[in-house]
Amino acid sequence: MHVPDGFIDAPVSAVAGVIAAAGIAVSLRGSRRELDDLTAPLAGLTAAFVFAAQMLNFPVAGGTSGHLLGGALAAILVGPFTGVLVVSVVLAVQALIFADGGLTALGVNITIMAVVTAAVGYGVFRLLVRVLPRSRPSATAAAFVAALVSVPASALSFVAFYAVGGTTDVPLSTVVPAMLGVHVLIGLGEALITALTVSSVLAVRPDLVHGARGLSEPLRLVVNEPRRPEEAAS
Amino acid sequence: MYRPGDSPVHRLPPHCKILAVLGFVLAVVATPREQMWAFAVYALLLAGAAAFAGVPYGHVARRVLIEVPFVGFAFLLPFLATGPRVEVLGLEVSQNGLWGAWNILAKGTLGVVASILLATTTEPRVLLLGVERLRVPPLLTQIATFMFRYGDVVVAEMRRMRTARAARGFEARDLRDARILGRSLGALFLRCFERGERVHLAMLSRGYDGRMPVLLRTDASGGQWAASAVLPATAAAVSLAAWMAQWTLL
Repeated sequence: MHVPDGFIDAPVSAVAGVIAAAGIAVSLRGSRRELDDLTAPLAGLTAAFVFAAQMLNFPVAGGTSGHLLGGALAAILVGPFTGVLVVSVVLAVQALIFADGGLTALGVNITIMAVVTAAVGYGVFRLLVRVLPRSRPSATAAAFVAALVSVPASALSFVAFYAVGGTTDVPLSTVVPAMLGVHVLIGLGEALITALTVSSVLAVRPDLVHGARGLSEPLRLVVNEPRRPEEAAS
Repeated sequence: MYRPGDSPVHRLPPHCKILAVLGFVLAVVATPREQMWAFAVYALLLAGAAAFAGVPYGHVARRVLIEVPFVGFAFLLPFLATGPRVEVLGLEVSQNGLWGAWNILAKGTLGVVASILLATTTEPRVLLLGVERLRVPPLLTQIATFMFRYGDVVVAEMRRMRTARAARGFEARDLRDARILGRSLGALFLRCFERGERVHLAMLSRGYDGRMPVLLRTDASGGQWAASAVLPATAAAVSLAAWMAQWTLL
């Protein structure tokens, strides 16, 4: 659900735009360290992946279906800064080329769906990975919790914007529980898919999961004493 | 969404059009919601722009459906909001909520229609060039360009996986099937990442140094700036008039 124009009033939309721009500026600097030399094609293909992953609908219950936000997933896979960039670009392209989400609400959308989900998701993931024993199941569990927390966190940050710049007086005491309840459910789906995706990437290319770097033992080069051909022959 | 055409709107430089739409939407969002006539004028302005650009109204109408989830939310507002109650069609609803619903419906729809007109009259590739002209960091526009360029490839890859799953008798029925979908997504990520590495190496070997060569000049003349300023300037005037009317009312 992308916030359209007119949902948040103009001054708060502008403030959100400044927050989003600052988040992107920090991410532009930080992402250079994440991918050895940050390359546009690599980040672009990751953005295309997030874009495609959002099209993958999974059935939730009673005929409804949900889709991925992808902020936590992108942050765990390619790092928090690149994750913010990637999801922001996806949101901007959706607003500009597919008219999904208002242009004046782009700042709000980027702040709640890219900056907050990536920051919260990655923070929780790193914290858990550090606390839990070093293994693939615990990294999977960490990804599950990270994605689960990231979705209600995003919803709460939306409520915060709405409380300051909302165009209607809806009492917060009814909005907050409803938003949290719905988004914990959505978060469960997000968490399941994120954890399974991270787990399957960990199984094949553990080096590509940025958040789990240092989790596996670095590979050692083992050199056996070379045997002479005549020894082998005898 | 893009519809090829050769109207004056199609020919305007992309960055002029982006700024025009942004200015228009800003004016709309800043308009006090009680001045309903202003929104009618905005709608007429957009209808005029669509006619001028040769965009059929049916094309716009079909794509407006993207905002349906928020329309649902807007219809809930009159029941959720507090404040003085009024009676509408035998239902007691909040007056403030009604205004809120109207506000979201009117401004959201105008914003969506303006964005649709922009995307319909500008090729995505050119649109991204326009964004680059607006001093957005080139890395961001490059990421967007690659995302757009390979989006179809990645989506097609995902469709092939779905076909492969279906051919093996898989059908997502409930949450337990997420295991299969998660594994597919993992494989899709690996293929995307590895394709990104290959593309990057291929570009390096062809002399890529972090900048994309400029293949299309999109310079704007003074006349084009003036032409693209008509829509936002009119909208700004309407917004100002709406504020004046609002103040004289108070």
